[in-house]
Amino acid sequence: MTGNPAPSSGPIPGSDIVLTFRGVDKTFRAGGRTVRALHGVNLEARSGQVTGLVGPDGAGKTTLMRITAGLLVPDAGAVTVLGLDAAHDSLAVQAALGYMPQRFGLYEDLTVQENLDLYARLQGVPKDERAARYGELTRMTGLGPFTTRFAGHLSGGMKQKLGLACTLIRPPRLLLLDEPTVGVDPLSRRELWTIVYRLVREQGMSVLLSTAYLDEAERCDEVILIHEGEVLGRGPPQRFTAPLAGRTYAVSVPKSLKKRTVHERLADAPGVVDAVIQGEHVRLVMAAHITPDLQRLLPGVRDVSIEPIAPRFEDSFIDTLRGGAGAEGASVDATPAPTGAAPAGSAGHDTVIEVHDLQRRFGDFYAVRNLTFEVHRGEVFGLLGANGAGKSTTFRMLCGLLPPSGGELRVAGADLRTAGADARARIGYMSQKFSLYGNLSVRENLEFFAGAYGLGGRRRRERIAWALSGFDLAPVREAVSSELPLGFQQRLALACALMHEPRILFLDEPTSGIDPVARRGFWRRINALVEQGVTVLVTTHSMEEAEYCDRLMLIAAGEILALGTPSEIKARARAPGHTHPSMEDAFIALIEEHERQRDAAA
Amino acid sequence: MRLEGLVRKEFLQILRDPSSIAIAFLLPVVLLLIFGYGVSLDAKHVPVALVVDQPSTDTASFTGAFYHSRYFAPLSLPDMARATEALMQGRVQAIVRLRANFARRLRRPHGAPIQLIVNGVDANSARLIQGYVEGVWIGWLGRQARARGVALRIPVQLDPRVWFNSELRSRNYLVPGLIAVIMTLIGALLTALVMAREWERGTMEALMVTPVAMREVLLGKLIPYFILGMGGMALSVAMAVWLFHVPLRGSLAVLFLCAALFLLAALGMGLLISIIAKNQFVAGQTAIIATFLPAFILSGFVFDIGSMPQAVQGITYLVAARYFVFILQTVFLAGDLWHVIIPNALALIVMAAIFLGLARRHARKRLE
Repeated sequence: MTGNPAPSSGPIPGSDIVLTFRGVDKTFRAGGRTVRALHGVNLEARSGQVTGLVGPDGAGKTTLMRITAGLLVPDAGAVTVLGLDAAHDSLAVQAALGYMPQRFGLYEDLTVQENLDLYARLQGVPKDERAARYGELTRMTGLGPFTTRFAGHLSGGMKQKLGLACTLIRPPRLLLLDEPTVGVDPLSRRELWTIVYRLVREQGMSVLLSTAYLDEAERCDEVILIHEGEVLGRGPPQRFTAPLAGRTYAVSVPKSLKKRTVHERLADAPGVVDAVIQGEHVRLVMAAHITPDLQRLLPGVRDVSIEPIAPRFEDSFIDTLRGGAGAEGASVDATPAPTGAAPAGSAGHDTVIEVHDLQRRFGDFYAVRNLTFEVHRGEVFGLLGANGAGKSTTFRMLCGLLPPSGGELRVAGADLRTAGADARARIGYMSQKFSLYGNLSVRENLEFFAGAYGLGGRRRRERIAWALSGFDLAPVREAVSSELPLGFQQRLALACALMHEPRILFLDEPTSGIDPVARRGFWRRINALVEQGVTVLVTTHSMEEAEYCDRLMLIAAGEILALGTPSEIKARARAPGHTHPSMEDAFIALIEEHERQRDAAA
Repeated sequence: MRLEGLVRKEFLQILRDPSSIAIAFLLPVVLLLIFGYGVSLDAKHVPVALVVDQPSTDTASFTGAFYHSRYFAPLSLPDMARATEALMQGRVQAIVRLRANFARRLRRPHGAPIQLIVNGVDANSARLIQGYVEGVWIGWLGRQARARGVALRIPVQLDPRVWFNSELRSRNYLVPGLIAVIMTLIGALLTALVMAREWERGTMEALMVTPVAMREVLLGKLIPYFILGMGGMALSVAMAVWLFHVPLRGSLAVLFLCAALFLLAALGMGLLISIIAKNQFVAGQTAIIATFLPAFILSGFVFDIGSMPQAVQGITYLVAARYFVFILQTVFLAGDLWHVIIPNALALIVMAAIFLGLARRHARKRLE
């Protein structure tokens, strides 16, 4: 075997560009149809910088990464990586760069050390240099104490760090990270960013990092914003947010009104580009050159205040997508009321879900332990946590799909595992993967679910008509559902879950992978349901989505970190000099506090 | 160094994955036990109903011959109605009936007829039973003749000698043939599955972005599973010789050399499948349909190729296991017959070269 392959290209004189795309097209054939993944993509990435490839799922980020790594060949256009042609010199390109794929590329049945050994050999790191390199990497990632543990037994955050260590085993000149922060807890996310910045600042490494979290764009030196295979914009993050200066505001919610009502009215108000609920405020983005006037935005409402706030990256993304125009596309014209639901007025504090000391063990591993909480009628209750924190396990137990190992739970007064069909008919469930029949048409899916819920005759025709019109599905009624864009599939899945007018709605990661515009439309529908007295339970790992909830439960490693309203939870992270902590700050502070307590107890 | 890393990784994974161990070592043992002990194509202890309408000393000595034969487990029944019922219920495979006039007509010129009714659903067994009954009858006639001091007058006598498998034990050719099936399992099925697993778990993508060459990725799979397959081979040969007492008349060297050739062809098929099938379900299905079933059905391991229709016989030439089964049966039962081994070994070399060559040509460091 040949020894250490030296990077075959030296520094390019007079250039600090490490990556260029010129007019790159890429299409895939899936089934009988072609999917355009990239279209006319032009971009550059500079050396010694973090370049962020930002866009929602399905934007073409992974395709772009794989083309850069020489794993895919573009249909048209040229790609130059470190002065080499990515399509023709792919072996030389691969020798010079490091690439961490989305699932980290780890062998789960090998230990941490064995994974490092494998990649050290594959990357040709000489034997006498390995020990020093391992030491350096395990120090940097904090993996030192876990070298004999199987990679499959690491937490999501640890796997991510091991994946990073494996790609860094021979320091690459260009580091490609494909969605490294997906599904890991916010603390691990923050640590990853720290590591990435150390690599860039101390070793002059160039990094191309893709992310679907728009808030991460602000941490990059340069941002490439990509949507539906096209580059929407390039430049430092400030360049994206600068045009929005003076256009973003926070509107307080008066005591006389619910925040959802205020949000609904603001979203449809003239001159408003975007309105989202953020804790006890509604965040507004105004169209250019329009000064918000509360008299016009919320006529007849008193005790309300408005104050300017700093724009963020997502504002600019929404503004770009909506072309600076009004709030078209997001508006929801009166989502039809599920007639069986109780009117909002009677909500009060009826307890709809009661959970006491709930536990679930898998072998000697506790997926969930000591969970106690209540959910009231007409409330949006959120379960916030990283992948593997126990959210889905809790959900499955509540829906009666998984027996608990201990504790009690009642949903609408019954335990769904033993209750009859009528108790089950009171709940609607929308799972992470949408659970649609991909090869059936939209109409056939609706008919199937109507049948499954026992709807017949006129009621069935009415509900299907309701779903087609209320969810804007009529134009695609005969389309095969798997070929629809993700946003349509999500609407269809929600319509299916609401077919039988449930009073409690379970949503498992409902908006993962959906672009922010579709996400806003989704939440407005949910809010309309809640106004009509439907109770909503939602799991999410998105800090931003948590803001839509009335109350939240933060969970980590199967245990409750905090329970309360979004503002109550954020208040727990308030510290001198840190008066407006974000949900992420709060989550990190709570995880750290929890770990300190556990260490103290141990 | 890169190849060493890949091979080392593969061995660690094999050791830690119970399903690899099961396919490589447990499955061969189970298959060998089933085929060595369970499945037998010989008719032994065939349940047969004996119906004697009018018992006499002659009928008693005739039925006695059935009781003394190791091929039959006779069941004496009083009348035909019961016997028919037993045949219908599957309690007996055949009925032998001696009519009331048996003893009387026995000494007459035209002789006494015996009625034999055989369950013909399984045509092979039916023919075997028929043959065995005839054997019992001729044997009995001979003994009768000797007892009365007269020579049995049969103008032509058959004096059979069975070569290679003189005891006619089906185990003797099933067990060697099974080795081809087992090595197909390890070489094609297991290899296709573990490659598909790397695609599924995203580790292949990570491997491809390292400076490793595709040739090394393929060798990294080929070497460990070659060693594993030869291990399975050694285990099977040991069980065949020591547990099932199958004679090994040829040389071990020829046996293992040919096994190595066949294993290369099987590994080539496995790698080729894994290039097309990138998830374990499709890989498993394809490997079973394209390699395992042909090795089972079209290799001559159980079903005689010579009695297949011409078109199917033509297809068997594409099945690598066919050549190997022939070599195995020859080396075990007949010895190193070069004019048999060399052409078949050459066929294996050609097939190994084709499959490995195709795998190498179509394996790209690309994700499409």
